[in-house]
Amino acid sequence: MLSYLVRRLLYAVPILLGVIFITFLLDNVMMSPESKASRVLGPKGTGAVRREWIHNRGLDQPLPKQFVNYVGNLAKLEFGTSWVTGRELREVFLKGAGPSLAITIPGFIAAFFASVGLALFQVFVRNSPLDRGLTLLSVALMSVPTMVYVIFTQAFLALGLSYFPAYGFGDVGSGMLRFIALPIVIFMLINLGHDARLFRAIFLEEMGQDYIRTAQAKGLSNARVLGVHVFKNGLIAIITLVVAELPRLVLGSLLIESLFGIPGLGNVLVQAIQTGDQPVIMVSVFLGSVLYLGAFILTDILYALADPRIRLS
Amino acid sequence: MVSAFFNHWLTQDALVLACFSLVFLLLRAGARNERWQRAWVRMKRDRAGLIALAFVLLYLTIGALEILRIPANGGGTRSILDVFTAGVATEKSYSAPLGDKLLDSVRGEKVIGRHLLGTDLLGKDVFVQMLKACRTALIIGGMTSAIYVPLGALLGILAGYFRRRVDDAIQYIYTTLASIPEILLLVAIIMCSPWGKGLGTMSIALGVTGWVGLCRLIRGETMRQAERQYVAAAHALGQTHWKIIVRHLMPNVMHLVLISAVLGFSNIVLAEAILSYLGVGAPVGTASWGVMIDAGRTELGRDPLVWWNITAATTALFGLVLSLNILGDSLRSAFDPKRS
Repeated sequence: MLSYLVRRLLYAVPILLGVIFITFLLDNVMMSPESKASRVLGPKGTGAVRREWIHNRGLDQPLPKQFVNYVGNLAKLEFGTSWVTGRELREVFLKGAGPSLAITIPGFIAAFFASVGLALFQVFVRNSPLDRGLTLLSVALMSVPTMVYVIFTQAFLALGLSYFPAYGFGDVGSGMLRFIALPIVIFMLINLGHDARLFRAIFLEEMGQDYIRTAQAKGLSNARVLGVHVFKNGLIAIITLVVAELPRLVLGSLLIESLFGIPGLGNVLVQAIQTGDQPVIMVSVFLGSVLYLGAFILTDILYALADPRIRLS
Repeated sequence: MVSAFFNHWLTQDALVLACFSLVFLLLRAGARNERWQRAWVRMKRDRAGLIALAFVLLYLTIGALEILRIPANGGGTRSILDVFTAGVATEKSYSAPLGDKLLDSVRGEKVIGRHLLGTDLLGKDVFVQMLKACRTALIIGGMTSAIYVPLGALLGILAGYFRRRVDDAIQYIYTTLASIPEILLLVAIIMCSPWGKGLGTMSIALGVTGWVGLCRLIRGETMRQAERQYVAAAHALGQTHWKIIVRHLMPNVMHLVLISAVLGFSNIVLAEAILSYLGVGAPVGTASWGVMIDAGRTELGRDPLVWWNITAATTALFGLVLSLNILGDSLRSAFDPKRS
């Protein structure tokens, strides 16, 4: 197991280098130092001021040397500062993760249970008009862009009927719940359609296996076959799928957070996009990839643990 | 000189028509394949799939009418859709669907024409704007597909057929791309692109990030096909790699490309709306559902509230994405009836 883990970690190194290379390419090669400087310094940054800015950041050095510096800074976790606010990016990201998780974790758990329940129910009534109707509903849920959910619930439930506050985060404690209730529900709805469809396919695939026929042949009820056998074995596939989705929770939901004014990472990113704050985006690409790679490794390990048929060597 | 040639309406129309003919020719070439013919027989029994197909064709037609331009009377050009909607009056500002007064007018100023879905801030007919936005969706969807479909399909076949080093290299590239959160990569590419924001940049960004899924799928299927006896037979008869790929493997994986392209189109349309909403997509002033939805956010908060703009855009977008999703599912079960 240990050697498998080490090998899996080593395998991630070239991929991480590839990711860094891509961000370097975008950040330092596709964009000339001059155009970068003029974007940050504005119209007053000409001549000597601009040259000094470029020199201070080492952007006048040859590209290979710049790349080495770039990798070195990332390894030291020195992400630099924002172009717009001038704040340390490390702190920005550390501070933003909490509020994002406050929305995404409950939403994620709710979506998981709702989708598994819906998928099991659909397999129970499979190929009936009800099953087809629910599948259509799942597809319909997937076909609405996120911001439409947010805008409509905000307009009707929050502003129109004043059931919930429309904007903001509140204080930690009881007051916060009312602020994050709507974002959580919407986060759940967004994921429900896609997940339910996927899980239904997984459960249906499990239904075709031999051991299910055996279970049915020995006279087990349909509900028991589904609730015990199909559920347990389908869950292995589902959990490994779900773990790969975990990094998305840290990054938060860009649209939900910015529209509800939740001070999480998603909101930070949307503001960076709108103000052209390039360092924020580049660092988030790097951090996001690190999280993704970690989740992929975790997925592989979980899969190996859960399914003894997979050999580690 | 060169840009004048490319910006001329006749060149652009010819390009658009060429693209449509290319898609048509590809589909006709596919239709000669026996697998496709059997799928079509099954598909004809699937009523939901056929209705979805009709809707998709309707959207394509409207989009094409807005893309194709002809010279206008006073110099310049206008689209064919403009000709059809020339009779629709422009008001001064908002008016409700089928309303006879301007919305914000204290004196109750009358509107000039009738508007099925009302008018927007600039007094333009919302129904016409909604139709015009098909153009943006079609252009983005078409250009992006033109980049990622050949790229993904070709790399997938190469990786699946040659295996070893080729496969390792291609796998490395797509694993690297796939380990970057997609939306962030999209934004990063658009932000750093030397051409600035716009439909072209957005298509390139969506194209270079979007091929991974297709490539993986085609790679797996090619591996499966390459082990079949007909490929071994072709080898034994001394056919070149190139001929085996083009004559034998491509026809047998093309149906997967078709299904992915249809489902992928719906993702592109949704992504266009979200990117436009984030401010890195369609330029301001483009008729786009994403831009209309963005405007709708403030319009739902104002008093008296304006709901028709955002509702029209959402409905149109929803209709297209839903039709594409249903069509894609229907194609999948027509090609592979065992797995659905």
